[in-house]
Amino acid sequence: MLKFSEDHEWAKLDDDICTVGISPHAVEQLGDIVFVELPDTGTSVSKGDAVAVFESVKAASDIYSPAGGDVTEVNSALLDDLTAITPEKAMQNWLFKIKVSDVGDLESLMDEDAYNALIG
Amino acid sequence: MDIKQTPLYDFHRANGARMVPFAGWNMPVQYTHGIKAEHLATRNGAGLFDVSHMVQIELSGSGADTFFERLTPTDIGAVAEGRVRYSLFLNDAGGVLDDLMVARLDGHLHLVVNAGRAQHDINHLRQNLDAETRIEVHHDKALLALQGPQAAAVMSSLGLDLDGLRFMDIRRFELNSIPLVITRSGYTGEDGFEISMLATAVVEIAKTLLATNEVTLAGLGARDTLRLEAGLPLWGHELDETITPTMAGLKFALSKKRREAADFPGADVILDEFAHGPKRCLVGLLATGARPVRDGTILLHDGAEVGVVTSGGFSPSLDRPAALGLVDAKLADTGTVITAATRGSETPMTVASLPLVPHRYFRG
Repeated sequence: MLKFSEDHEWAKLDDDICTVGISPHAVEQLGDIVFVELPDTGTSVSKGDAVAVFESVKAASDIYSPAGGDVTEVNSALLDDLTAITPEKAMQNWLFKIKVSDVGDLESLMDEDAYNALIG
Repeated sequence: MDIKQTPLYDFHRANGARMVPFAGWNMPVQYTHGIKAEHLATRNGAGLFDVSHMVQIELSGSGADTFFERLTPTDIGAVAEGRVRYSLFLNDAGGVLDDLMVARLDGHLHLVVNAGRAQHDINHLRQNLDAETRIEVHHDKALLALQGPQAAAVMSSLGLDLDGLRFMDIRRFELNSIPLVITRSGYTGEDGFEISMLATAVVEIAKTLLATNEVTLAGLGARDTLRLEAGLPLWGHELDETITPTMAGLKFALSKKRREAADFPGADVILDEFAHGPKRCLVGLLATGARPVRDGTILLHDGAEVGVVTSGGFSPSLDRPAALGLVDAKLADTGTVITAATRGSETPMTVASLPLVPHRYFRG
């Protein structure tokens, strides 16, 4: 199940593990990424918490957790080459995985069609 | 208020620009290659910027020089025909109402002012106008900036004879039978040109420059990172009505003759700072970490507030975060380490001398 938030995160749920990334549109809007901070494995997060930061040349953007739970895995390989964070690879470039406490957290998110309508 | 478009709007869109609102105008923040690529293309080759949102104003009449001097600290009499100066509209407290370029061409004064301050400036000029001076706002004109070490070669390749045109000179030219007014100036720290022409001609001129294949389109994003590295102030950041030219490192804009006469707005405040030093000074700031420190971040030293980041971001040329800030004068020496209080963490920053990247103006 793939869902999107209004803040341009994508969330993919497999059983109770939610993989989180940011949308191609968000990467395109950010422009050149110069700094990324990801959460630590083991961190407990609530839905809506600012858990990661993307900084472009122009601005900083917080990344919010689409669900509550514990961070089980972090894609720290992303930090090795920030130029590889492109709109084309945005759906493969996951940021972190969460063991979700309540899968109901994801119900309020949009499906892909609704998200595409949002970003026009 | 309706957002304004420059005559290059369709040209920008056709070239893949991302348009953003800026100072009431819909402007390209970047094109397809992005801010870093556009920045480096300007440092290494030539970047083409649409700066038509800036407003061109002409002052004429027998009173123009005296009128201009009433509002600025510039010895305008020393600005000869064909020359350009950086100047400032000042308030009575010594604060900066706007910064501007002023040129003398055909005996008239030609001003270029910031888009976001243009209406304020026009009102300020009109309120102070005398019977011997005429003011004309050229809404019918457009402005391009071609900047970078290859800019002169690009201009020459189009048949423009730049012989004798040095940094801060202005002269009339013609390209494809289109009249141009070109100044050798810009706001990137590089050699370059600002090209004024009728708005109806700007698309053809932009296309002609781009067709040399030596020119990269660059947006406001790159313009901002370039001027930050060059240590050039931006109104609303390093300059405002509470910041004096002495604080902003603009002592060069205070003409000696005018300082001696002490007859410009805010002269008492500014001359005191000129003699004894301002309380705060504009400095460069380099973070030790990889995370950019942004505008408005408070600067600390030994736990006390000692300044503020006025422009913070990333320097593509240095490939590291860089910022400009106003800091207490006693901490403004190069190498001083101060702390930026960023969102829950503290980032050490080292004071660096300006410009962060050396200027490469063509002085002939």
